[in-house]
Amino acid sequence: MTLDSKLPSGPIETAWQRTRFDLKLVNPANKRRHSIIVVGSGLAGGSAAATLGELGYNVRCFCFQDSPRRAHSIAAQGGINAAKNYQNDGDSVYRLFYDTVKGGDFRAREANVYRLAEISVSIIDQCVAQGVPFAREYGGALTNRSFGGAQVSRTFYARGQTGQQLLLGAYQALERQVHEGTVTMYPRTEMLDLIVIDGRARGIVTRNLITGELDVHIADAVILGTGGYGNVYYLSTNAKGSNVTASWRAHRRGALFANPCYTQIHPTCIPVSGDYQSKLTLMSESLRNDGRIWVPVKKGDKRSPDQIPESERDYYLERRYPSFGNLVPRDVASRNAKAVCDEGRGVGETGLGVYLDFSDAIKRLGRHVISERYGNLFDMYQRITDEDPYKVPMRIYPAIHYTMGGLWVDYHLQSTIPGLFVLGEANFSDHGANRLGASALMQGLSDGYFVIPYTIGNYLATNKFPKADASHPEAQAAVASVRQITDKLLSIKGHRTVDSFHRELGKIMWDECGMSRTAEGLKKAIGQIRALREEFWQNVNVPGSGDDLNQSLEKAGRVADFFELGELMCIDALERNESCGGHFREEYQTAEGEAQRDDEHYSYVAAWGYRGPGNAPELIKEPLEFDYVHPSQRSYK
Amino acid sequence: MKLTLKIWRQKSRNDKGQFVTYTMNDVNPEMSMLECLDVLNETLIEKGEEPVAFEHDCREGICGSCGFMINGVAHGPERATTVCQLTMRHFKDGQELVIEPWRAKAFPQIKDLVVDRRAFDRIIASGGYVSISTGNATDGNTHLIGKDTSDRAMDAAACIGCGACVAACPNASAALFTGAKIAHLGILPQGKPEQDRRARGMVAQLNTEPFGSCTNIGECTGACPKEIPLEVISVMNRDYIRASWKKRDDDVRTVRPVTDWSLSSKP
Ligand SMILES: Cc1cc2nc3c(=O)[nH]c(=O)nc-3n(C[C@H](O)[C@H](O)[C@H](O)COP(=O)(O)OP(=O)(O)OC[C@H]3O[C@@H](n4cnc5c(N)ncnc54)[C@H](O)[C@@H]3O)c2cc1C
Repeated sequence: MTLDSKLPSGPIETAWQRTRFDLKLVNPANKRRHSIIVVGSGLAGGSAAATLGELGYNVRCFCFQDSPRRAHSIAAQGGINAAKNYQNDGDSVYRLFYDTVKGGDFRAREANVYRLAEISVSIIDQCVAQGVPFAREYGGALTNRSFGGAQVSRTFYARGQTGQQLLLGAYQALERQVHEGTVTMYPRTEMLDLIVIDGRARGIVTRNLITGELDVHIADAVILGTGGYGNVYYLSTNAKGSNVTASWRAHRRGALFANPCYTQIHPTCIPVSGDYQSKLTLMSESLRNDGRIWVPVKKGDKRSPDQIPESERDYYLERRYPSFGNLVPRDVASRNAKAVCDEGRGVGETGLGVYLDFSDAIKRLGRHVISERYGNLFDMYQRITDEDPYKVPMRIYPAIHYTMGGLWVDYHLQSTIPGLFVLGEANFSDHGANRLGASALMQGLSDGYFVIPYTIGNYLATNKFPKADASHPEAQAAVASVRQITDKLLSIKGHRTVDSFHRELGKIMWDECGMSRTAEGLKKAIGQIRALREEFWQNVNVPGSGDDLNQSLEKAGRVADFFELGELMCIDALERNESCGGHFREEYQTAEGEAQRDDEHYSYVAAWGYRGPGNAPELIKEPLEFDYVHPSQRSYK
Repeated sequence: MKLTLKIWRQKSRNDKGQFVTYTMNDVNPEMSMLECLDVLNETLIEKGEEPVAFEHDCREGICGSCGFMINGVAHGPERATTVCQLTMRHFKDGQELVIEPWRAKAFPQIKDLVVDRRAFDRIIASGGYVSISTGNATDGNTHLIGKDTSDRAMDAAACIGCGACVAACPNASAALFTGAKIAHLGILPQGKPEQDRRARGMVAQLNTEPFGSCTNIGECTGACPKEIPLEVISVMNRDYIRASWKKRDDDVRTVRPVTDWSLSSKP
């Protein structure tokens, strides 16, 4: 199989414009005759469903929460990038494109990234028009902050609640369409399988999470905006419900999964405090604008931070990366934090933490400015740790945060199953091996508001959709397969809870496929995951039945998929004998301990095909070409 | 620390429900209220019992999924804190916590601590937006919006839709929730063209749902984890009164409340 990424030819600056012109249009009167399923109501799914509804398509939108407004996007804190250059500091579409390709360590497609940078400006306009209360200057203009991996201020934000405000904008647009009747919303409804008829995605099987009923939904096309899979690690900054099930079941039906091992570890999270811990709390990256990161020079220095004099502090990021300092990209900041802790210089009870210190900034700017910028983050930190960051430096440690990998899509955001489109964090498309801060919100909204409305139109206009309904054999087979998994999970009634398996899987993934990886460790992990999965299917205890609200059953299905995904992540990490972005293989590093890419052998997207349970997956490579930004060793020195 | 949890258990909407008492002997003061329930649930499952159903997702106090009454207080004793961020150090060793779901006719019971809050979505759908389809926008800096105005809009926009305001209100009114959206959008120039229509539409839907009326008691704002100010209710009332005499035939129509979940997944 070869992959056709449908990349436009010719100058990159006009590529998207030319593509849009070439895409076929659906006659306005025909739009309502086309039905589209959108799974997910986050920034990607919500913006897509609303926009497709506005265009007049007949849309059904699904989410597992009780309301579309609660999608995980709501939790994003720091901001969203756009190449507006409102600050007159040298930004441009080209610079955002350049920074993103470089930040992704030259493992993303140039044409996709260029389009993203180009669309970024329209996103801000659209969101402002919806009433998103972005931060402003006294004079009334929009203001910006800078974020890791960039030397310009291009991040728009709404206090520390940017994701919430952007999602509410999309949610309100979505509810407007619900009221207009163009979109039907199905909350508390989980997609558990994809229905593929004659080689095309034509529907989904869902479970009503309140009544347990399985239903078949048929449409002309299916869009997944189902988010990332960071929860394979159990502890992550993701919402507890975030999962890979929708993507994974589509993968089992033939959609290729790309770069699963590219995961992002966020450098600034509150450290783990005990084994009851259910999730990790992010402290926005924007804190690195004013906070200085340090550890004691001496190993095992147990003095309280105010007792450690300046000369005995190591501001290691400022020391190693003088030009970016505390604002190096996430992967670099995280690896350095791990390195100093591994040397025994970590702080806090567990020694797994570094200081993020605001005392200089408070001296320079005053407490009120810091409180204005980060007040709610400081409150959150204090609520959780019972320490006052205005007085004592924060303690932070890296945590799993984002997954760059996802279902493979072409330039049209279409997966390898025709009619199945994938948006937002669920696809792999724009961030290469490392995502820059404030770029996920941008990508989700770019995909949903401005890309999919064009590309799906082309698909609908150029294909015929024979009638199908729930009685179709493929639909019935999908329902039977879902029922079989559910029945099996409920029948085992073993001795271990779902969470105990999930925790153990997460530990394996964090230890061997986390911040740094080795061939040996990955091989070991694959064996451990297989054994644990086997035990899961013999010994898990899912209480209750399948015909009402059963949160253990929901979790069990998701964890079952995480097992298979976890193994694929290790296989992918093992296959990639280089270090790039978030994927750091200890065997491949420069003399200074930086990631060592191998462009000659690994400048490709690794897209994996499913070949049945227990069979080795098939690797299909999509070569990457760089005509504009020349791959070089990333340097933030 | 040791705690006694008296938790409302109810299998389904039609079940009568009752309090069940659980004792927990080693609660770590650093864990959150939800982590405490996680620990309880693990032991229940191991004993072959059904875990307590409760809603949660982000566990960072922003998604609005979680929420229940602790000793009669929505989200428990800490101000401006949802139960997912409420750490156990705020309780005393040996204390009894009575935990029950939001009680309001407009939030029908689903199971244990889980209720149906779809009425909130229907209120938003009746005008809680700016009608601006994708592609219509002008440049973001077209409207200059003073920082004070923008900050005030943000204060109202911070609502997480958890339902604590309704649960705390003796009348089970949703005025704070509705007022927050009317204020957020009405304060901003982008929301002005629809200010009247929005107030009429949203208030009409609010009145269609079985929420009680607001009698200005103020419990809502005290329980609100985002401290939405009571003024938003005055803004709503002012906007509504001003808008009512301009009523039009093409107003946003109200929708009938739907509370049955078995209809909701049908294609
Ligand atoms: C704490 C935190 C802070 C962040 N801060 C920033 C930031 O400042 N800037 C930035 O750019 N990015 C940030 N990110 C990343 C960003 O928030 C996410 O990548 C992005 O919001 C993902 O959006 P999405 O629409 O792709 O998916 P999500 O928002 O995760 O939405 C997924 C949707 O799919 C639904 N769903 C999933 N599976 C199913 C199923 N099987 N059936 C039915 N429905 C399903 C869910 O119900 C949900 O509606 C942050 C992430 C975290 C965790």
